[in-house]
Amino acid sequence: MSATLSKRAEELRGIIRVHKRWDAVFATLGLLAMMVGVLTLAALFAAMITDGVPRLSAEFFTEFPSRRASQAGILSAWVGSMLVMLVTALFAVPVGVAGAIYLEEYAKKNWFTDIIEINISNLAGVPSIVYGLLALGLFVYTFGFGQSILSAGLTLALLILPIVIVATREALRAIPQHVREGAYACGASQWQVVSHHLVPYGMPGILTGVIIGLSRAIGETAPIITIGALTFIAFLPPMPFSGDPPAGIFDWLFSPFTVMPIQIFNWTSRPDQAFHQNAAAASLVLVVLTLGMNATAIWLRYRLRKNIKW
Amino acid sequence: MTSTLTLPENAPPLKAESKKLDFYYGDFKALKGVSMPVFENKVTALIGPSGCGKSTYLRCFNRMHDLYPGNRYDGKIQLHPDEVDILDHAVDPIEVRMRVSMVFQKPNPFPKSIFENVAYGLKVRGEKSRSFLEDKVETALRGAALWEEVRDRLDEVAVNLSGGQQQRLCIARSLATDPEILLFDEPTSALDPIATGAIEELIGQIKDKVTILIVTHNMQQAARVSDFVAYMYIGELVEFGATSDIFMKPKRKETEDYITGRFG
Repeated sequence: MSATLSKRAEELRGIIRVHKRWDAVFATLGLLAMMVGVLTLAALFAAMITDGVPRLSAEFFTEFPSRRASQAGILSAWVGSMLVMLVTALFAVPVGVAGAIYLEEYAKKNWFTDIIEINISNLAGVPSIVYGLLALGLFVYTFGFGQSILSAGLTLALLILPIVIVATREALRAIPQHVREGAYACGASQWQVVSHHLVPYGMPGILTGVIIGLSRAIGETAPIITIGALTFIAFLPPMPFSGDPPAGIFDWLFSPFTVMPIQIFNWTSRPDQAFHQNAAAASLVLVVLTLGMNATAIWLRYRLRKNIKW
Repeated sequence: MTSTLTLPENAPPLKAESKKLDFYYGDFKALKGVSMPVFENKVTALIGPSGCGKSTYLRCFNRMHDLYPGNRYDGKIQLHPDEVDILDHAVDPIEVRMRVSMVFQKPNPFPKSIFENVAYGLKVRGEKSRSFLEDKVETALRGAALWEEVRDRLDEVAVNLSGGQQQRLCIARSLATDPEILLFDEPTSALDPIATGAIEELIGQIKDKVTILIVTHNMQQAARVSDFVAYMYIGELVEFGATSDIFMKPKRKETEDYITGRFG
């Protein structure tokens, strides 16, 4: 190797060393930034698990709340959450999916539908308390549904409607145009194209949107408090047919209720340390429920997409 | 005959004809007064450079343009023998598509089973009898030279077939409803040479049963498969004639330049 060349190589190595130093600096900073999020979450999780796991037992799920922390359970809360979710899903899924299909496939593209489109995206960003206030006026008072499971379910349905609509539209848009044309070329009507092709092929995306919407709804507290969910419920909504038919079937819709986040909030705000353990246990249940729903969404998407390709 | 065309002596019977057909994508005039016959049980190839309007013309025959806003037809396309003008607003595009079927450039089977794909045209007509559908599906698959390859796996998903098989499946899907005209929009441009050969052979076989209009940018293909050729350029029909005449002794200088490769 000649002397000039090695001098040149020295220079280059020097430059590269400086550049590499910045790589190392950024990698360290990036790692720190990531750890802020991950470690905080991990610490919270760990605390929740150590506090909550000892309280988890079969009785915890089958007991009503109580003044004695050791006897209190989340029966009314999880039943309430499930029933509210049921109402939410039954309302948000058909309305959201139908709305999205209309916007994507049927509606003419003009300034009016443009405004609707922009506003649907905006609705997804409206603070949830605003939905609570709207629901208080509309469902609780104007429609007279009261502080009931029905009001709560409809409120959360409104809240997740934008999520369902956006997810459904994305799913429909992902279906290539040549598949639509193939169906139309067979003589299919618009409704046949929608029902035979677009909805089945869009199903993985639609289901994902629905489940992500529901897992957001199950953790919502503010709008539910606004419409007046109770914090201490020591009874279950009436079973169907327990009242006088025909009204007896749907009596549970108009029952007072509580949900998991409210129960957690209530326990956390008590001075007695024992209740904080209950809160940790209930939070754990809620987190596992949410993660379970998201896992279901991923699994469903994977399974349904296996046979759908273009 | 009410035709505005002067047809060659001893021409075969007419299946369809376009009369002074104009077509607009919004303000853009993509077809300019195209008048052309389509002869029954013959293969008519539409050739011309990219953007000449050959696909646009083809897609008028099943009113595909109706799917998109801002498109407008002017003029007529008459189907024979009933002389119905399929571009008439009073005629539902669904009715037109039930009579005139289409095979696309990219094979587009539905992500459903092979059986459901072929039976789909019958399903939208409300046909439910399983035995009738099975019969029709087999006939169509045999007609598309695909039966032997898929007879044991009719319930498998169609999208797992090879590209050439998918395209023959799409042909079977079109044949299953006994269309009067079958439109091919560059059906082999996404296929390898062997699959292309199979499709070309198939076109030769099915023209006994159905009138065929095919768009192709491959001149050899037009020469191999077609009985008549229409050369189009910038939205106009430059020359129409029997395939041998167009390729051996074109009347127009532009046609000759295009087919000899001096242009396009």
